[in-house]
Amino acid sequence: MASQGLEKEQSVQQLIAQSRNKKGKKIVEKLMPLILIITALISVLTTIGIVFTLIFETFEFFQRVSITDYLFGTEWLPFSGSEPLYGVLPLVLGTLKVSVIAACVAVPLGIAAAIYLSEYASDKTRRIVKPILEVLAGVPTIVYGFFALTFVTPLLQQLIPSLKIFNALSPGIVVGIMILPMIASLSEDAMSSVPNSIREGALALGATKLEVSLKVVLPAALSGIVSSVVLAVSRAIGETMIVSLAGGATPTFEFNVTGSIQTMTAYIVQVSSGDAGYGTTIYYSIYAVGFTLFIFTLLMNLLAQYISKRFREEY
Amino acid sequence: MKYIDDTVVMKRMKSRLQINKFWKAIFFIATSLALFALVILLVRILSQGTGYLNWDFFSNFGSRFAEKAGIKAALIGSIYLMLVIAPVSMILGVGTAIYLEEYAKKNKFTDFIQMNISNLAGVPSIVFGLLGLTIFARMLFLGKSILAAGLTMSLLILPVIIVAAQEAIRAVPKEQREASYGMGATKWQTITRVVLPAAIPGILTGSILALSRAVGETAPLVVLGIPVILQFLPDSLLSEFTTLPLQIYDWAKRPQEEFQYVAAAGIIVLMALLVIMNSIAIFIRNKFQKRY
Repeated sequence: MASQGLEKEQSVQQLIAQSRNKKGKKIVEKLMPLILIITALISVLTTIGIVFTLIFETFEFFQRVSITDYLFGTEWLPFSGSEPLYGVLPLVLGTLKVSVIAACVAVPLGIAAAIYLSEYASDKTRRIVKPILEVLAGVPTIVYGFFALTFVTPLLQQLIPSLKIFNALSPGIVVGIMILPMIASLSEDAMSSVPNSIREGALALGATKLEVSLKVVLPAALSGIVSSVVLAVSRAIGETMIVSLAGGATPTFEFNVTGSIQTMTAYIVQVSSGDAGYGTTIYYSIYAVGFTLFIFTLLMNLLAQYISKRFREEY
Repeated sequence: MKYIDDTVVMKRMKSRLQINKFWKAIFFIATSLALFALVILLVRILSQGTGYLNWDFFSNFGSRFAEKAGIKAALIGSIYLMLVIAPVSMILGVGTAIYLEEYAKKNKFTDFIQMNISNLAGVPSIVFGLLGLTIFARMLFLGKSILAAGLTMSLLILPVIIVAAQEAIRAVPKEQREASYGMGATKWQTITRVVLPAAIPGILTGSILALSRAVGETAPLVVLGIPVILQFLPDSLLSEFTTLPLQIYDWAKRPQEEFQYVAAAGIIVLMALLVIMNSIAIFIRNKFQKRY
C-alpha cells in the first residue's frame, strides 16, 4: 500500500485523505456511536421498566384493595382466607425497627472507625485495615443471615431470655455490621479529603488531635459523612436475606424488638417462595410492597445526593 | 503585662491530652470491633462447615437428608449463571461508559443518564427481582431459566460496571488520545486501539468485583422463583437451575440442626469462589494497571 502510494508520488496528507474516504471505515465511525448510545439507553430503560412494572401491578392491586386501607391499615393478614387485610404499616414498622437498630450499631462504630483511620492511624495500618473492611462489605448477605440466625440470636438469647428465635434485634445488629464498612469507608474518604493545612493550622494553635478531629475535620467533612449514613440506611431498608432468615414472618404493629417481625422485603420473599398463583391479590400485593420499598430507598438516595452536593465544602 | 496564665494553660493541657488519649482508645476499639466481627464470622463458619466438606458434598445433588445433601447442582448453576451475566453486563456496561466518556456532549441528556445510573445503583436488589419476574419471566416467557436470571442479574450489576469502566477510561490521559488523533487515527480507532487497551485492566477489575457481587446475590432469584432442590444439571440456557446462595438459604431455613452444618459447608464453597474471583481482580489490578 505505502510503496504503491510512493510510486505515484503521493504526499502523506493525500494518503490520509484516501484512507479516510474508505467506505467501511466511514460506516463504522457513524455506526458505533449509535450502538453505544443504545447500550447507554438500556440503563434508562431499566429504570423505566422498574417504575412502570411497579406502577402497573400496584394499580391492579389498588383495584382490589383501597389505597387508604393499604396506607393506614395496621393489620397485614394477606393469608387469612375469608377476610384478608392489607394494611402496610406493620411491614413498614418492621423495616424501620431493623433499620434503626442497624443505624444505632453502625453509625457510632462506623464514624469512630473513620476518625481512627483518617486522623490517628498510620499509613501502614490504614493500608491493612481498609481492604479488610472491603472484605466485610463483600460478604454475601445470605452469609450474614446465616450468622444472625445461628450465632447472634442464640448469643442474645443468653442475655435476654425472653428473646424469640425470630426477632428484630438480631437481624438489626447484623444488618448494622453489614453497613458498617460502607459508613466507615465513605466517611473516611470524606475526612481524608479535608486538606492537611487546615489540620496543621489548628494543631499550631495548640489543639489536641481529638479537638482537631471533632471541631475541625468532622464539621468540614460533615456533608460526606451524613450522606454516607443516609446511603447506608437506605441499604439497610432494602436488605432482604438477613431479615428473611432471622426476622421471621409475623407482621406486627408493636414497638418491641424481641418478638418476631416481618419487613417489606421479607414479605416479598415469603410470597415468592410460596406458590401465590399469578393474578391473585397476594401476587399483586408484592408489587405494591415493592413499590413502597422503592419509594423509601429512592427518597433516601436523593436525600444523600442532595446533602453531598448542597453542603459540600470545597477546598 | 501577661494575657495568658501559663500555669492554667499547663494544667488544662494535661487533662486535654488525657481526653485525647481516652478517645483515641475508643476509636481504636471501634475499628477493632468491626474487624473482630469478621474474624468471628469466618471462624464460626469454618468450624461448623469443614466437617461436611468432602468429595460426596461436591458430587451429590440436593437431598432431604443432611448427610446425603450435596452442592453439585448449585455450584454448576452458579457458574452457568456467571457465563450469562459476564458478557451481557460487560458489553452493556463498557458500551455505556465509552459513550458517556468519549462521545456524550456535556448537556442535560448526559446528566440525566448519569443521574439515572447513580440512582439505579441504590435500588434494592429485590426490586430488580420484581422487574425480572414481570419482564423476563412473564412477558418474554423465559420462566425460571438461567437466561431470565442472568439478564436480571446483569441489569442489577450494570451500574457498578458502568462506574468502574468510566473511571478506568477517564484515567487514560488526554495526551494519548491527542497523539493518536495526531497520527491520523479516527475516533473509533483511537478508542479501540489506544483508550480501551489502556483501560482494560481497570474495567476487568471492576467487572470481576461486580460479578462476585452477583454470584453472592440471593433476593432477585427468590423472587424469580428459581427452584432450590434439583436432581439434574442444566443442559441449556433455557433450563431450570439453582445457585449456591439459594441452596444455602434453603439449608439455613431448615429446622434440623444438621442442616446448619451443611449450610456452613455451602457457605465455605461460596466464599472460596468469591475469594478466587477477588484474587483474580486484585492480581489484574496490581499486574497490569498503569499509573500515568
